[in-house]
Formats: sequence, structure tokens, C-alpha cells
Amino acid sequence: MLGRLSFSALPLDVPIVVGTFIGVCIIGIAVLGLITYYGKWGYLWKEWFTSVDHKRLAVMYIVLALVALARGFADAIMMRTQLALAYAGNPGYLPPHHYDQIFSAHGTIMIFFLAMAFMTGLFNFIVPLQIGARDVAFPFLNNLSFWMTAAAFILVNVSLFIGEFSQCGWLAYPPLSETQFSPGVGVDYYIWAIQISGVGTLLTGVNFFVTIVKMRAPGMSWMKMPVFTWTAFCSSILIMVSFPVLTVAVALLGLDRYFGMHFFTNDGGGNQMMYLNLIWAWGHPEVYILVIPAFGVFSEVVPAFSGKPLFGYNTMVYATCSIMVLSFLVWAHHFFTMGAGPDVNAFFGIATMIISIPTGVKLFNWLFTMYKGRIRFHACMYWAVGFMVTFTIGGMTGVMMAIPGSDFVLHNSLFLIAHFHNVIIGGVYFGYICGMNFWAPKVLGFKLNEAWSKRAFWLWLVGFYFAFMPLYVLGFEGMTRRMNHYDNPAWYPWMLVAEVGAVLILLGIACQLIQLYVSIRDCNLPENRDVSGDPWNGRTLEWSTSSPPPVYNFAIVPHVHSIDAFMHDKENGIDTRQAGAQYQAIHMPKNTVAGVAAGLFALIFGFAAVWYIWWLAVVGLVGVIATVIARSANKDVDFYIPAEEVARIENEHTRKLMAQAAE
Amino acid sequence: MKNKLLARLARLGGLSSALLLAGCELDVLDPKGPVGEGVKSLITTSVIAMLIVVVPTIILSLVFAWHYRQSNTSAEYLPKWSHSNKIEVVIWGVPSLIILFLAVITYQTCHSLDPYKPLEAEANTKPLHVQVVALDWKWLFIYPEQGIATVNQLAMPVNTPVDFDITSDSVMNSFFIPRLGSMIYAMAGMQTQLHLMASEPGDFAGESANYSGRGFSDMRFHALAMGNDEFNAWVEKVRSSSEELDGQTYPKLAAPSEANPVEYFAHVEPGMFNTIVAKYNNGMIMDKSTGKMIQVQQSAMSDMNMKE
Repeated sequence: MLGRLSFSALPLDVPIVVGTFIGVCIIGIAVLGLITYYGKWGYLWKEWFTSVDHKRLAVMYIVLALVALARGFADAIMMRTQLALAYAGNPGYLPPHHYDQIFSAHGTIMIFFLAMAFMTGLFNFIVPLQIGARDVAFPFLNNLSFWMTAAAFILVNVSLFIGEFSQCGWLAYPPLSETQFSPGVGVDYYIWAIQISGVGTLLTGVNFFVTIVKMRAPGMSWMKMPVFTWTAFCSSILIMVSFPVLTVAVALLGLDRYFGMHFFTNDGGGNQMMYLNLIWAWGHPEVYILVIPAFGVFSEVVPAFSGKPLFGYNTMVYATCSIMVLSFLVWAHHFFTMGAGPDVNAFFGIATMIISIPTGVKLFNWLFTMYKGRIRFHACMYWAVGFMVTFTIGGMTGVMMAIPGSDFVLHNSLFLIAHFHNVIIGGVYFGYICGMNFWAPKVLGFKLNEAWSKRAFWLWLVGFYFAFMPLYVLGFEGMTRRMNHYDNPAWYPWMLVAEVGAVLILLGIACQLIQLYVSIRDCNLPENRDVSGDPWNGRTLEWSTSSPPPVYNFAIVPHVHSIDAFMHDKENGIDTRQAGAQYQAIHMPKNTVAGVAAGLFALIFGFAAVWYIWWLAVVGLVGVIATVIARSANKDVDFYIPAEEVARIENEHTRKLMAQAAE
Repeated sequence: MKNKLLARLARLGGLSSALLLAGCELDVLDPKGPVGEGVKSLITTSVIAMLIVVVPTIILSLVFAWHYRQSNTSAEYLPKWSHSNKIEVVIWGVPSLIILFLAVITYQTCHSLDPYKPLEAEANTKPLHVQVVALDWKWLFIYPEQGIATVNQLAMPVNTPVDFDITSDSVMNSFFIPRLGSMIYAMAGMQTQLHLMASEPGDFAGESANYSGRGFSDMRFHALAMGNDEFNAWVEKVRSSSEELDGQTYPKLAAPSEANPVEYFAHVEPGMFNTIVAKYNNGMIMDKSTGKMIQVQQSAMSDMNMKE
């Protein structure tokens, strides 16, 4: 009846987990209680959970990402603390069984649920507004994507309290992840979390690809598209091409585990290296899926605060597209040490370092955007300049490892860990946080507190260098990743320095939380409110709307005349909004419960499949499919906002703009 | 004036790198063998080449950001300027040239540092042959020419090239001695090769560089480089052990164990390494010289407890 599930699955013998569970319960009950006390359930349900509005989904994605950050960072600092203790005979406080789950969960959560969710949040908010669209191409799929991602994240966290998580690293290399070596439920949690979130991500990729191809405002030809939209476009293509590979690779691993097949097993003709090839054929494009949109953020932020157009727009587009293509030709650099032979390794090594050319060009483009500009040092520019310095170092260490000869001593060492945190924190994370600070007034209608953002920046920056520069050194000292304890006295001091870095980053995250709190507390102060909708003298169409934008985004779809469409209109005295024009009724999608329901069924299916509760798995799977079919058969999915209502909203905004101008 | 500053900077740079080297021994950059030396010079050359672009980029990021700050009204402001062919040529050209240079040395070193390639020293010194098996969670070293085997201790004569054949009888691991240079994966049913040499005596740490499960952190060994006479004495010491490795004792050794102590086996059944590889390939093994699959001679090992 309950498959493999029994009371022994509860890790009651691990005090850390029990403590966490109690903590999560207390916080959870408090949050639910507060929502109930203030009677907000109806509001949340109607305005958020069932919403198909891309702006609402964007906020939900970013909230999900921040929750994932908390979980992922808790894992990170636990690992650092373990390695600061577990030296010279001291076993530390995390036995391998627990520690191995933590580093596996850390990677999985940070990539799939922090970075991917944050990125999707930014896409959702900005792309339709930047291209002058009223929503994405498939609003329901957008909602479904979110709930699939959320269901997968919940599944990962369920593994913390019921059973165990994978102990095979964030990519679950076989044969270690095969039943023979990992008979527990950990890898199964991993498999179903990846598969469920993969559905969400793939739908997101399709959605934004179609949105960008089909829904750009009249006049916005490809080479007039804002750079962030370009990066979202390239990223969506990469998602569509690479995520099916991930799905297949993990599905084959699942077939091995569930049906005793032999795709990647040691015996029966299996080949573990086939999995490595497949997983990295997804995994390498994946890092570009994440970082290209971060480049897009900087390409919007640096011009806005430098008071100049982006230097070399064409170059930027070509560089982005060439990175997109090249990212598919480099996967084998993740396993030069498999012994593929010098020519194969040379090909993948050289292909990898070629990527550094367009990436370097992008850095120079941002540099020359600042050149002869008037730079306002808003917090966003701190994150941007911090990125430029840090990412350059990460790029260099990346090329070092792209040379197979060097990689033969650096592979899998802490040097590698330092490198990819250098580009993921210094590139992806700084980029997304920069974007969050930049677009927050558009999303929320008020600016985020700058002082706390700057404090967070300095702590993150210094903390990053303290936490990861020692790891470069440790890599040269021959320390490999994923060690639980060690007895080399030369490593110990560097581990202590890294621990200090982790604490500084913790304080940085605390500053970000304080920033959110202070910003919300002070959101009604006049200096924080964004009445104009254009707080930074922005260049692209999203700044032509009110903050937050009306549900339909644009009452009159704007006409685009050049790159930086909104700046062009401002300079030429054109009213992008065409205020006072003849408004017409606007066709909008209705909210739907189908996304929530499908997500819930997917969660049930995933949980049941992990524990071999087959009747429940069937219920979950049928539930997902039936929900989607029912929704597809439903004809009552849209409505019109009457012209008078549009006119009322638009006139109200115009009145506010005039009042502000009169001050 | 400028020269003085440069000289001072150079001295400062030298000092800080000396401090860095004194403060910590960077195993990989302080190699004790020719392979490690090759990798070290490759790393050094490539880093210097890249610094040509990296240093100016970092400096310009900070200088431009500071110089063109809003409060510096004396700085020139060109609100429309966004294109320059000259700059474009430089920003595409210079990185391309550096990558071209790196690509050339990448191709060369892929061949010169190919772990499968015998070392130059093999021309006049007969290499030592060692077969390595990664087990849960320890390293088995078989010396086929000496007919002995050890666990978690690898001895080799100084200035003698060592030819390693590497496989796994469990999950994937990576065989790595940081002081000597390159690593390579150990995979069940497959054989990888590695050629290393120690050019001075010492006790070098060896490890698995690929996570392999619960006991991974203690999957370490000592690589002892010693003079010829000492090596012979070491072989005799191993031969004086009472343990033997054959079809009966191997399964016990292969069973998972953590922080396994050093073990010596006075005698090892011939063909054991091939049998371990072949048991994942229907009794076949790839012949190194021809690349063809051949049947392994079934010996007493055939009653060895197969894992499947």
C-alpha cells in the first residue's frame, strides 16, 4: 500500500534534520497563520496562484528563487563549517551520509531552483514589456511552468524530512547513482525533481521563444530588439535544444533504476561515459542559459546609468549568438580525463577557449559604454562593476581549465569549484541581483533601498573573494572536491579563510533581506514611489508604462522606430503611450486553477514514484494529464477589459504624470 | 619616474609571490616529475598570455568607472557615442590573437602531455609496469612483473618511468598524484593508461579525484619514490608478507571498506587485472596493441565472486 515508505524513513536519529524540521514547521505555521489572520487566502489564490499574468508569475518565481537561495546557502555554509572542523582526525559534525546529501542538494537547488527560477522570473517580468506585448504567447503554460518548478522544489525539500536525498553529486554520475551502489530513495528524489522541473523549464523556453518571435511590437525588427530580450531569446533556444537531452539522460538512468535496464551500469553492456556525454551536452549549454541573461541585464543597466547607448549593439548581438552556438560544441571539456585521446581533447579545448573571445568582447562593450559617459553610482552599478572585475578572473581560470594539459591536474579539484562559483556568483548571481534592483520599481511601484543593497554588495564581493580565492590555492595544493574530512595541515588555514568568506556572504544575504524589509516598510515615502514609471531615465519600452504596469501592459501597442525605442521617443517628443487616444477593449486570458492542480498532481506523482507507491503514482500521472486535457477543452478562457475601464486606468496614470510634472 | 614605479611594482610582485610560495606548498606547481613540470610550464605560459588581456580589462573597468563618475564634470561626456570601428577591431583582434596562441600550445601539449604517450625516458630506461584497480574505497596496485600487489601504497624507483594501466571494480574514480602530474579516470570494464615518473625521492600523497561514495575521503594512498636498491628491498618486504591475492582472497579485499590500511600481498595470481576488466565485458578485454577484443584466459579466477 505504501511501497517502500515506512516510519524508518523519517530521519529521527539526525538531530540537525529534526531541528530543521521543527524550525520549518514553526515558520510554516506562522506564515500560514498570518495569512489566515489577515484573511489573505482569497487574495493569494485569485490574484497570484491562479494568475496567468506574466508580471505576477515573475514575482512568484523570484520569491521561489529566494527561498531556494536560503535552502541552498544553508547547505553551503554547513559544508564550509564541516571542512573548517574536520581536520586531523576530527570527523566534524556531518558524517559522510549527511554531508554527501548536502553537497548534492546544494548544487541541485542552486542551479535548478535558485538560478533557473530567478532567470525565469526576470524573463517573465521584462521580456513582454520590452517588446511591447500584452502577455506571453501562452499564458496558461506560463502558470503551469511555475507550478511544475514549485512542485519539483517541494519534492527536493520533502526528501530532507522523509527518506534521504541523492548522495551522488548534483549530476548523479553513474554507476554510483545506479541501484547497485545507491539503493536508497535519494537518487529517485533527484530524478523526479529534475524531470518535473524540466517540464516547467522546457515549457518556459518554448513560451519565450514564441513570444519573442511572434509578439514584438510593430517596427521592432530583430536588430532593434533590446539586448536583454536578445539574451532571453538565445537562452530560450538553448533551453529548447538542451533540456530534452537532460530529460532523456535522466530518464535512461531512471529506466536503469526502476526496470533493471543497463544503459549506464557497469555490467550488462552499460556505458557510464555515455551518461557523462549526455548530461554535459545539456550541462554546458545550461551554464550559458544562466549567464547569457545576466549579460543581458548588464547590457541594460550599464547604458542606463552611464547615460549613453550600449557600445557596439551589433557586436553584442553577434557575440551573444555565437556564444549560444559554441556552447553546444564544448561539452567534453568536463571529462578530458576520461582518456579520449589528444585530438578529441584538443578540439574541445580549443572550442572552449574560442568562447572566451565573444565573452571578452562583451566585457569590452560594457567598458566602452562607461567610457565618456556620466555614470550614476546607483547600487546597480556596484553590482555591475563588481561583476566585470570578478567575472574577468573567472573567465581566465576557465580558459586555464579548458587547456586539457592543465585540466589533467586541475580537474575535479577545488580550483574547479572556485572557478565555477567565480562565474556563477560573480556573473549569474550578481547579474540577477543587479536586475532585481534595476527593475524592482517597475515590478513593485517603489524603489528598493539603495544603502542596504550597497552593503549587501560589499559583503557579497569581499565574502566571495574570501570564500573562493582560498579554493583556487587549495586546488593547486591537490585538494579535490566533495571531501568530507582531511588531514593535510597545509589545507587547514585556507579552509578557515573560506569559512570566514561564507560568513561574510551570510551577512550579505542578511543585508538583502533587510533591504527587502526596509524597502517594503518605506514603500510609501514619496522619494521611493515610482510615479513616472521611468525612475532611471530608461531606454527601452518597459519604462514607458506605469509602475507597476496595468494588467494589459500597453493600452495602445507602441510603434518602435529604433534601438532603445523609449529613449528615441523621449528625445523626439513622441508620447510612447499615446495618452488620450481612442482606447479599445483589450482581450485578456482568464485565471486558471489548472496550473496549481497539475503541479499538485505532479508532486503526488513524484513522491509516489520515489516510494514505489504505484496506485498513487497512477493517480498523480493521470491527474496531470487529465488536468491539462480538461484545461485544453475549456473554451471559457478569456475575457475583455472594456474600453472605458482601459480609459479610466490610462487617464488616471496620465493625471499622475501631469501632477508630477507640475511639481 | 615611471621606470622607478615599475621596478618597485615588480619587486612587490616578486615579494608577494615569494610569500605565497613560502606560506603554502602548491603541490601542483612544485612538481617532482617530468609530467608535472610540463603541466606547470603550460599553466604558467597560458596564465601570462591571458594576463595581457585580463589585467587591462580589470584596470580599465575600475578606471573608467571612477573617471566617468557623475560628479566628475571635467570628464568628457558623449551621450550619443556608441560605435567605433577601431575599438571593435582591437577588442575582437587582441583576444583572438591570444586565443590563437593558446590554441597552438593547446594542440601541442595535448599531444606532448597525452597521458597515454610513453615518456621520453623510456627510450633508455625500462619502465616499471603497475596495474591499478580502484575499489570501494581503496587502491589496489598490482606489480605484474614482480608478481606482488599492495593496497594504498605505491612504490616506484626514482627516475624510472612508470606505466600505469588503470581500471575500477566499482564506481568511477580518478587516479591522481598531484606532485607527479596528470590524473586519469578509473572506470569499470575499461582500461585507461597513464605514464608518470618521479625525478626525486619522496612520499607523495595520492588520492581519488572523483567522488565515489561514502568512503571517498579516505581513499588515499602514499606514492613512495625511492632509489633502486630501496625499491628492491621494498619488493622483498612485500614478498615476505603472508598474504596472497587470488580468486579466494580477492572478493574479501574488494568488499567495501573505509580508511583501509596498507596491505601487502606476497603473491598475486597472474592475469588478475585482465580478469577484473573482463568480467564487465563478457570475459573479453581490449588488446592494447591492436584495439581488438580478445578472450581472457580463464584461470582459477573464474570462480571469483562476480559482482553481477
